[in-house]
Amino acid sequence: MTTTRAEHHDAKAGGHTTAYETEEDLPEAPVASVPSDVIHTASWRTFRPVIALAKCTKCYVCWKFCPDVAIAIDGDGWPVIRLDYCKGCGICAEECKPLAIEMVKED
Amino acid sequence: MARLTIPAEEYMRAGHSACPGCGATLVMRYLLKGLGPNTIVTVPACCWTVIGTPFPTTAIDVPMVDCAFEATGASVSGLRAAADAMGLKDVTIVGFAGDGGTADIGIQALSGMLERRTDAIYVMYDNEAYMNTGIQRSGATPRGAWTTTTPVDQAARGKPEVKKDVMAIVAAHKPAYAATVNVAFPEDFLKKVERAKAIRGPRFFHALSPCPPGWRYPPEKTIAVGRLATDTNVFPLYEVEDGTYRINRKLGKAKPVAEYLRAQGRFGHLTEIEIAEIQADIDTRWKRLLALEALG
Amino acid sequence: MVQEVISGNYAQSYAAKLARVQVVSAYPITPQTSIVERIAEFVAAGELRAEYIKVESEHSAMQACISAAALGARTYTATSSQGLLLMHELLHWAAGARAPVVMGVVNRAVAPPWSIWTDHADTISQRDTGWIQFYCESNQEVLDTTLLAFRLAEHADVLLPAMITEDAFFLSHTVEPVDIPSQEQVDEFLPPRVTKMAIRPGTIGRLGSFTGPDLYMEFRHKIAQAMERSADLFLEIEDDYERLTGRNHGGPLPTYQVDDADAVLITMGTATTTARAVVDAMRARGKKVGLAKLRAFRPFPVREIRQLGARVDRIGVLDRSFTFGAAGAAFTEVVGALYGSRHRPRVRDFVAGIGGRDITPQAVDEMFTALLKDRGPEVDWVGLKHRLEVNRRG
Repeated sequence: MTTTRAEHHDAKAGGHTTAYETEEDLPEAPVASVPSDVIHTASWRTFRPVIALAKCTKCYVCWKFCPDVAIAIDGDGWPVIRLDYCKGCGICAEECKPLAIEMVKED
Repeated sequence: MARLTIPAEEYMRAGHSACPGCGATLVMRYLLKGLGPNTIVTVPACCWTVIGTPFPTTAIDVPMVDCAFEATGASVSGLRAAADAMGLKDVTIVGFAGDGGTADIGIQALSGMLERRTDAIYVMYDNEAYMNTGIQRSGATPRGAWTTTTPVDQAARGKPEVKKDVMAIVAAHKPAYAATVNVAFPEDFLKKVERAKAIRGPRFFHALSPCPPGWRYPPEKTIAVGRLATDTNVFPLYEVEDGTYRINRKLGKAKPVAEYLRAQGRFGHLTEIEIAEIQADIDTRWKRLLALEALG
Repeated sequence: MVQEVISGNYAQSYAAKLARVQVVSAYPITPQTSIVERIAEFVAAGELRAEYIKVESEHSAMQACISAAALGARTYTATSSQGLLLMHELLHWAAGARAPVVMGVVNRAVAPPWSIWTDHADTISQRDTGWIQFYCESNQEVLDTTLLAFRLAEHADVLLPAMITEDAFFLSHTVEPVDIPSQEQVDEFLPPRVTKMAIRPGTIGRLGSFTGPDLYMEFRHKIAQAMERSADLFLEIEDDYERLTGRNHGGPLPTYQVDDADAVLITMGTATTTARAVVDAMRARGKKVGLAKLRAFRPFPVREIRQLGARVDRIGVLDRSFTFGAAGAAFTEVVGALYGSRHRPRVRDFVAGIGGRDITPQAVDEMFTALLKDRGPEVDWVGLKHRLEVNRRG
């Protein structure tokens, strides 16, 4: 129904892209069909998690409990923070049993 | 590669608008992991209306149908009827509503859906107040909790009434399956979703959804607070299937409820006496649940 | 095609059956009940293969229809009075979600006091919701208009919900001969619903969503545009129906004896039949009167009203409802339509038949006479008892 072009929609904080310039671009009914990960929520955070891989046991508790789907698992099985999205809630650091995650203040 | 204890596939996206540390997002995340892609979710006015992000984006990979606040149960029945009439095979219909939209304004429609035996799953994600509108009390707010409409002052000590027992109301309708789930126990959550998926008829989940701004705790504690809720018997994990109760988690000795209450600012005003009253209440309810389980 | 003597309610039931509705979701209310009872019988007998949701309120009835329509099903419901009022939130929702739900409404007065008798307050008070609205004069018209409504509502350039009304008891429970088209005829006229807009498993999509001031207005404008488009599409669809059945009820404002009329009464619903008889009687006495039936209230037939206003100097509007603080709804909309026209006939409001009070031929005669003599107030409640009759046995 709609395509996302590289055109900034300046009304939104967080800067996601949308193609809606006129009424004719909109679908007839209010159907939203663009996956939300075009929205980067990085700017929400005050602290960011840093994983000390030396302590990490690959238990994936951090991945499991992340409310923002902001922890991925790379090809070698290490958890990786998706910094475009992480809101810095700190659940991963709190739940990490080997204490491998530290919340570091953003500059 | 070490194994994951819950399915790897994601059906919820990043970029959603939930508060940091939101329990409700984990409810959706775990639910969809269990149900898979052949699912349609209908959502009334609630936090997830907004978490789902504004037009033109959507935060879940399965179709979502917004519905009116009171009407989740009816929306579920409508979707089920259409799916059946149109021969859409094996699609799971899910109603996903907050505690206000279920226990208060939505209770009639839920009751109707259960009584009609609509073949679908209804999930009440319970953050124990009208959170989307800024923390006003609901029927599911526990006794003693501060909310904006049950403030703490000279003549007021938070909500005076006890929490509405929605599982009991649901169980009275004799659903095919009903269960409590808690985001702090994802493996138990997923096991129950799998079980529900294999059953036909009306199925219900009461999902504890800890809320940092509403419950007044720092966001990193969502899982810890959720865990305490169950380990103090405030939120027992149990299932009801064909009238039989089955408690999923029993500690040798439950933790004192004070530990749960003191972890949250919304209970920060409670006196020792008030906490003792709440403990007595929890103990009575636990005994009753054990008795229900013993009935077999 | 078969002719049967049936009630207006059964005419709705037959239309829903012939339309092969897929989901029916309804709650009982007098005097709608026999519509949904008959449909339940059709389903139980296997004559209609539909999912019938026995909802626990009208509010839920409309939500169920909307969500079912979201998946692409053809849906139907029926209600009246309090039930329609309870649905109000969802009426807005159906239009906003562009769900082509079709609904029969038996016009019944609103409480308190409780009244099961007819007037148009219930549907008139929904005129802002974005629903297409038809007011029917006969059971034949009820059946035909319901079938037309399905086709119009589901049209890709419309996609708006539609309601077809019938006066309580005068049509709902009174039997009249009705030509019922065959299933083959209706299948040709109304194929199964096909829509590109359906929510489907396997595709990412959220119907409803939320927006800020930057996008909401455009969605609402789309509804306005669709409603406008529906006016001419209705005429085309009615021509199509005429080709199949031989019947055409004359568009949004069919007229009778208006060409040389000195005064015309605009009527809605069953009052039209009475007025037509009075027109004949008065014409026999040499009075040049005519009538126009306001059949489509939404979209309001501005063009046709202006055409009428160009030919006639005196127009009376017979309102079977009243907008407190203003005037009868049909009157205000007729005047509103005429204001932008070069022609300014005198327009008067006759409020009558409220709560089922009989609109007698005598009363209609007096309305025409008042129009012809330019006598009487601009807004007149006709038939009010100014000194109450007291029941001396009471």
